[in-house]
Amino acid sequence: MPKKILISGNEALAYGAIHAGCRFYAGYPITPQNELTAYMAKCMPEIGGIFIQAESELAAINMVFGAAATGARTMTSSSSPGMSLKQEGISYIAGAELPAVIVNVMRGGPGLGNIAPAQSDYFQATRSGGHGDYRCLVLAPSSVQEAYDFMQIAFGLADKYRNPVIILGDGMLGQMMEPIEVGSGKLKYSPPKDWALTGCKNRKPNVVKSFFLKEGALEEANLKLQKKYKIIQNKEERYEGDSLAGAETIIVAYGTMARIAKGVVHELRKKGKKIGLIRPITLWPFPRKVFQGITARKKRPVFLVIEMSYGQMLEDVKLSVEGRARVEFLGRSGGGIPTEEEIIKKIKSL
Amino acid sequence: MEKIFGHPKSLVDTKTHYCAGCGHGIAHRLVAEVVDELDIRERVIAVAPVGCAVVAYDYWDFDCSEAAHGRALAVATAIKRVRPQNIVFTYQGDGDLAAIGTNETIHAANRGENLTVVFINNAIYGMTGGQMAPTTLLGQKTATTPKGREASLQGFPLKISEMLAILPAVKYIERVSLHSPQEVLKAKKAIKQAFVNQIDNVGFSLVEILSPCPTYWGLSPRQALDWIRDVMLKEFPLGRIK
Amino acid sequence: MAKIIINKDRCKGCLLCVSFCPKGSIKVDNNFNRQGVKPVKFDDNPECLGCMMCAIICPDCCIEVWK
Repeated sequence: MPKKILISGNEALAYGAIHAGCRFYAGYPITPQNELTAYMAKCMPEIGGIFIQAESELAAINMVFGAAATGARTMTSSSSPGMSLKQEGISYIAGAELPAVIVNVMRGGPGLGNIAPAQSDYFQATRSGGHGDYRCLVLAPSSVQEAYDFMQIAFGLADKYRNPVIILGDGMLGQMMEPIEVGSGKLKYSPPKDWALTGCKNRKPNVVKSFFLKEGALEEANLKLQKKYKIIQNKEERYEGDSLAGAETIIVAYGTMARIAKGVVHELRKKGKKIGLIRPITLWPFPRKVFQGITARKKRPVFLVIEMSYGQMLEDVKLSVEGRARVEFLGRSGGGIPTEEEIIKKIKSL
Repeated sequence: MEKIFGHPKSLVDTKTHYCAGCGHGIAHRLVAEVVDELDIRERVIAVAPVGCAVVAYDYWDFDCSEAAHGRALAVATAIKRVRPQNIVFTYQGDGDLAAIGTNETIHAANRGENLTVVFINNAIYGMTGGQMAPTTLLGQKTATTPKGREASLQGFPLKISEMLAILPAVKYIERVSLHSPQEVLKAKKAIKQAFVNQIDNVGFSLVEILSPCPTYWGLSPRQALDWIRDVMLKEFPLGRIK
Repeated sequence: MAKIIINKDRCKGCLLCVSFCPKGSIKVDNNFNRQGVKPVKFDDNPECLGCMMCAIICPDCCIEVWK
């Protein structure tokens, strides 16, 4: 019998991580994700895991680097300004090919911004905000249940590809309470980590590094990464499609914004409007194939991208549509969230 | 005849990239000798810095991790917490440990992480071409203090070891030097103590090693050693700090 | 009775061993090594004490001491 509990998004992220085998967490306080850190502080010691309140975001992400280097399932979490600070460390984790999960409960920016929910770190997450040619897998939960469930997926992907995985949520998702079903917490398959630092007993020494000074060595390492990214792009696209068959208008939204958009879609369909929704679940790799399929139709719909930002995912939609269909945009940020009324008004104006 | 001094097992038998007379080679060897003598090669995990010793993992024959500039003690903290059965040490220069990584240094020390820190103080940034380090002496000319370090502009040489010594969780700090064979032997003894402390779960232990950089001090290798003895020691006196 | 064996190819010619040898038994070799520097050589001085000063100060771990 699955257990049902009432829990906030932030706590569900922590709970999901622990159930996915996360045994090392380091974080630094920042609103609106503090419940996650507090949950880890309480639960990690109870299950023999490690919780460290780091002295900074830089320390936290580099602790994650160290824990990941030993092969442990590890994560950190933060919100937008803190994520900016973690970017160097994420670049190192990607370069050294370490598995790790990083949660960003997004808030308004730029700068100190505010603490209201936002989706304006999409570029940072999907283009990779640090230096160098690297990519992070990015998962965007849109309910508290998904906040819990996606942790299992995230740690699995991180281990499978030896790559950082970002969970991109927002302050609304983090703070919201919902009933969710939780699993047993039994660790699913985790691949052997013969590269991990455990001491060189009965084997040659292992080195974890992202530094390739010899001529041609870095290019070779980068090409290896690119090959991996290509496989991820081919195999790991995830999305939810709603009422796509025959749709003349298709809303594209993710995370919290997709919840609001879904309400609009269902209301308008009741009134006979041919409208559907694509909710990208992986933001990188962006689910291009579904767009390519739809734009191959004879009658092409209008895409309406809605974001809690001023048009970041919009670029990925345009890249996926490749000019074969009209792409419109509605977005607010800095504390504003597009309302159902605003969305309906926009649809009417198309 | 029998061999009474040779190449330590934990040191890879290869040429290093260091300049002639550079202290890093001696410090690397001392660490390797201590690891061999304590028979911990199969348990050791090193964390290399960014700086001249960035590829220390090419020279040590045991498990190593890199760390972003200044973050070695954050990386080491996590490794040791996850794997307390391993012996974890960082090897960091003055810029890494006492400028860009000061925060990580102070907080790892303040948490009393059971780690060993080998801190190379050569009063200069070698890797990037001889810029001012936090430990550069007053009057010392560097690429970024062409007229010599001035207290009114660049502050004083940072005595991070003395600063760390006031933290209650710090158990052992000693400053040693490589300016003569006798001092090298003392340095080795201190490094060994810092590793033994970790094995015995004593807590945070740091050895600051005054180390020559002939290239960016503009001196011959021997002059560089004498400069440590005659000049650097006045600012950074040797001995047990805690 | 002692002697030292020098790894000439790894020697960078810093000459620290020369300056610390109490017996003056280490000299500069006039032949360049593979690094393009003049390494040091042991002059087979039977007075070598095996004191290890040269090996201890060598930054490149080039010197073995036998006694």
